Amino acid sequence: MEYIVQQVLNALSFGAEYALLALGLAIVFSIMGLVNFAHGEIIAVGGYTMVAFASLAIGNPMIVMAGAVLAAMLASLTLERVAFRPVRKADPTTGLLTAFGVSIVLQNLFLLFVSPRPIAVTSLYFLDWSIEIAGIRLASLQVFETLTTIIVIIALMLFLRRTVLGLAVRAASLDFEMVRLTGIRANRVFAIAFLISGLLAGLACIFIMARRGSVDPHLGFEPVLKAFVACVVGGFGSLPGAVLGGFLLGAVEVAMLVMLPQSLGGMTDAFVFMIVAMILIWRPDGILSPAVEKGDKL
Amino acid sequence: MLTIQDLHVFHGPIEAVHGISLEVEKGKCISLLGPNGAGKTSTISAITGIARSTGLIRFEGRDLSRESVEARIAAGIAVSPEGRRIFSNLTVLENLTLGAALQKDAVEKAKDTDHWFSLFPILAERRDQSAGTLSGGEQQMLAIARALMARPKILLLDEPSLGLAPKIVRQIFDLIADLKARGMTILLVEQNATQALKLADYAYLMSSGRIVAHGTADDLGKSDKLMAELTGVA
Repeated sequence: MEYIVQQVLNALSFGAEYALLALGLAIVFSIMGLVNFAHGEIIAVGGYTMVAFASLAIGNPMIVMAGAVLAAMLASLTLERVAFRPVRKADPTTGLLTAFGVSIVLQNLFLLFVSPRPIAVTSLYFLDWSIEIAGIRLASLQVFETLTTIIVIIALMLFLRRTVLGLAVRAASLDFEMVRLTGIRANRVFAIAFLISGLLAGLACIFIMARRGSVDPHLGFEPVLKAFVACVVGGFGSLPGAVLGGFLLGAVEVAMLVMLPQSLGGMTDAFVFMIVAMILIWRPDGILSPAVEKGDKL
Repeated sequence: MLTIQDLHVFHGPIEAVHGISLEVEKGKCISLLGPNGAGKTSTISAITGIARSTGLIRFEGRDLSRESVEARIAAGIAVSPEGRRIFSNLTVLENLTLGAALQKDAVEKAKDTDHWFSLFPILAERRDQSAGTLSGGEQQMLAIARALMARPKILLLDEPSLGLAPKIVRQIFDLIADLKARGMTILLVEQNATQALKLADYAYLMSSGRIVAHGTADDLGKSDKLMAELTGVA
């Protein structure tokens, strides 16, 4: 029983992390049609902020976590203002290339001005201990991660449904020009999307750092790749799709880890992506992809 | 109230409207008529700032020609666009809430919502329904109600009868007549000249990006030019 609960929790916490990251990608994509591959570097900014706090001898974990999240939000806003706003009206390919460019520039800045080697961050170890619930021993980090993601999704849902700016973000995913015609400033809608994206990256950063215990310039690459896959599976542009894709990917990963024989242990990702491919054969636009007029192409 | 002088509208390098001038007086319903491709929607897009244009757009004495879309809306211009463009992924109520995005007072916003729901009872019935599930006529009503939620000084209605059944078209025009009777200033863009001229105090006829005739609804209704332009039969 304990084994099953542990694996379910594993799947939930993996999925929660992917869902947080996928939501960050999806909220920007839904408005701009931009896959922000620099999202991983925003996570790294959060990680290096923790290093900076450590070097300033600030060890209070609450300050460290809040600082990392704020830094990620600020980095995301800055990227929107400096890199993405100038190409907002350009072809989607230009936006995609800009995102890759920003990602490479930031990685190289970390390499040149910080360090190419991993730097340990110990201030988050307190998040990870063993807790016992109903006689079953669980890892606290996984419980925190799952709960945080659930709270964030509820808060995001309330924001998107109950506030004018949230409604504008949802509406902009369908018809941005019409949102402007209601008098809402375009720059505010983009800024809020990037701010939320940064917040989600910052929160994910806390859990990634708590698990890894170190930061390097490529910290965000793999998580964002997984988040991208989660978005594709869920349906790019759909926020519920991003959450579903994240949790589904987490569940498939854990299922493969548990079910595959040890001799095939190194092939886990191959099996995961095979299942992803099968899902995409079934639903080529993703499970919850927004309805799109196909016209004569069908 | 709204003065347009020597307006040229561009879509990329293409000039869609070639130096038109028109005037909309407060409390009047002015109609802009013409066949497809005449430049009517381009004119509306230029007034709201969506399309690039040159020339003068003066609203209540203020030159809006160089103002942003958002500033023009804040000045009191609201639009119910061609094709309705309701937010189909939002509910009816959420669409109306967004229409009043610039209204900060929640109590006033709630009052406005109740007011427009009383004028559009079918929308009140479907307030929590996804807007994408509404019929064409209901979507048109929603587009107009969303524009009215902004408490505009002038309402730009772009082809409100487009694609609707004759019975629904009559309902929409009855609604516009009601708004006019309440003192709303309206610039009505239509291909349905018969219905539009019943409502309009003054009308402009556009063809190939130019105003080719204008006058009171009676005068223009009797003009051979109107039928020739709209039907293509000289």
